[in-house]
Formats: sequence, structure tokens, C-alpha cells
Amino acid sequence: MTWASVAPAVSAAFLSSLVEAVEALTIVLSVATVRGWRPAGLGALAGLATLALIVLALGPLLDRVPLHALQLVIGVLLLLFGMRWLRKAILRAAGVVPLHDEALAFANGTAALREQARHRDARLDWLAGLASYKAMLLEGLEVVFVVIAVGAGRGLLVPASIGALAACALVAAAGFAVRRPLARVPENTLKFAVGVMLSAFGVFWTGEGLGVPWPGEDLAILGFAALFLIVALAAVRLVRPPAVKALP
Amino acid sequence: MKTLINIFRELTGLFIDDGLFALAIGVVVVLAAIVAAIAPAVPIAAGVVLLVGCLGVLLGNVTSG
Repeated sequence: MTWASVAPAVSAAFLSSLVEAVEALTIVLSVATVRGWRPAGLGALAGLATLALIVLALGPLLDRVPLHALQLVIGVLLLLFGMRWLRKAILRAAGVVPLHDEALAFANGTAALREQARHRDARLDWLAGLASYKAMLLEGLEVVFVVIAVGAGRGLLVPASIGALAACALVAAAGFAVRRPLARVPENTLKFAVGVMLSAFGVFWTGEGLGVPWPGEDLAILGFAALFLIVALAAVRLVRPPAVKALP
Repeated sequence: MKTLINIFRELTGLFIDDGLFALAIGVVVVLAAIVAAIAPAVPIAAGVVLLVGCLGVLLGNVTSG
């Protein structure tokens, strides 16, 4: 285990978890604002419990999968996941697609729950709890995937998990303190950085799965990240409409 | 059932939102695997195909859309 492999894994897990935790927090806060903390908290806790069950059930299976097959599958999934994030972050940075706005997401979430309240008040606590549960489960699954993807196969599951848990704890503490969506988090910049890192991990793992002897071994990840960053920044310049000048 | 279908759709959406983009990545991986199979003496060639292919797919997709 070297810093060249630990640092990218921990920072990728931390930054992607930060983004996912902010998105989950926005939905849980929407539920809490409209229906109170009980359905929001219960839904979130149920989501966390389901996530824990999934990890406990699937975790031991990872040890039984042959290493090259695991690297190949995770590498391809990382390429799909990371390059999807990077593509969207490029289009947002270029002004082609609107930036994700947590304040707007919060407003839309609360408006939708209030609209539901008008029609079926008796079931609303259950529906609100379900919204909180779904947000926690789906955003949490992304965190679990990233942790497994950057940590499995190289003995980095623990450092990657610590990075992810630190991000979730940070967002939960900040959200509990301000009781508002964390709209000031530079989400697109984080997604840009995470997209670059996950794409680099994806190329590395897929290559390892195919038996490619990367020059510099783990250090190659940093080289790939640099290449993805250069291409992504060039792409932002190429696709940015003339009127949009400032990067987010 | 509807909730389960929605969750499945969102899970698929974690990896695929632009079908052509995902397909292009898949094609690059398959090409790299073919190169690795036909040129085992030069294993780095598959890596070059993979890296250059992924960078090309990314640039091509965002600039063409």
C-alpha cells in the first residue's frame, strides 16, 4: 500500500461521498421541512439499515470473485460511472446544461410534498418517509459503489470507507447545524474532480483486468487523471457557447 | 412494484444516461480486449487502445452533442 494508491482512493471516496451526501441531505431536509423530522429521520435510518444489509450481504462475495474478473467488472463500471459524471460536469461547466442547484432542488422537493399533502394527507407521512428512504438508499449506493470500486482488489477498502464516512459525517453535521440545503458546496467542481479521478481508476482497473502492465504501476492512475483533466478542460473550452465566460 | 421499478431505473441510470456514450465506452473496452487477445506479446497495446479510446469517446461525445 503506497501513498500513490491510497491518496487517490481516499480523495475519490471522500469527494464523491461529499456530493452524494449533499444531495441526500437536500431531500431529507425537504421531507423534514414539510412533515417534520420523524418521517424524515425514520426514512433515512431505514435507508442506512438497507445499505448496511446490502454491504454485509455482498461484501463477503467480493473475496470469492477471481481478482482479474473483479478488476475488469469494476473497471468497466467505473468507466461508465466516472465518465458519465465527467461528461455531465463538462457540459455544466461549459454552460450547455444548467448547474445543479441544491436550493432549487430543495424548493422543488418541498413543493412536491406540499402538493401531495393537499390530496392525500393520511398517507403523507409514509410517502415522505419513503422519499427520505429512497434518497438515502440511492445516494448511499453510489457511495458504496465508489468505495468498493476504488478500494477492492488492492486492500484499500478501509481507507476508502474512512474517506467516505468522513464526508458523510461532515455533511450530516453541517446540515444538522444550518438546517438548510448546503447550496454553497461547489458541486460541479467536485463532480468534475471526481469524474476525472474515477475515470482514471476505471482505465487503470480495466487495463489490469485485461492484463496490461501499466508503467509505474499505481502511479499510472495519477498520469491518467492528468490526461483526463487536460482533455476535460479542453472540452469545456471547445463546447462553451461564446456568451458564457465564467467557470462555475 | 412501481417503487421497485423506479429504483431499478435509477440504479441503471447511475451508469447509463446517454446510451450512445455508454455503448461507445463498451466498444472501446471490447477493442482493448481484442488487442490484448491478439497481441499478448505487446500487452501495453491494449492499454493504449483503452486510454486513447476513452479520452476520444469523451471528447467526441461532448463536442458532437
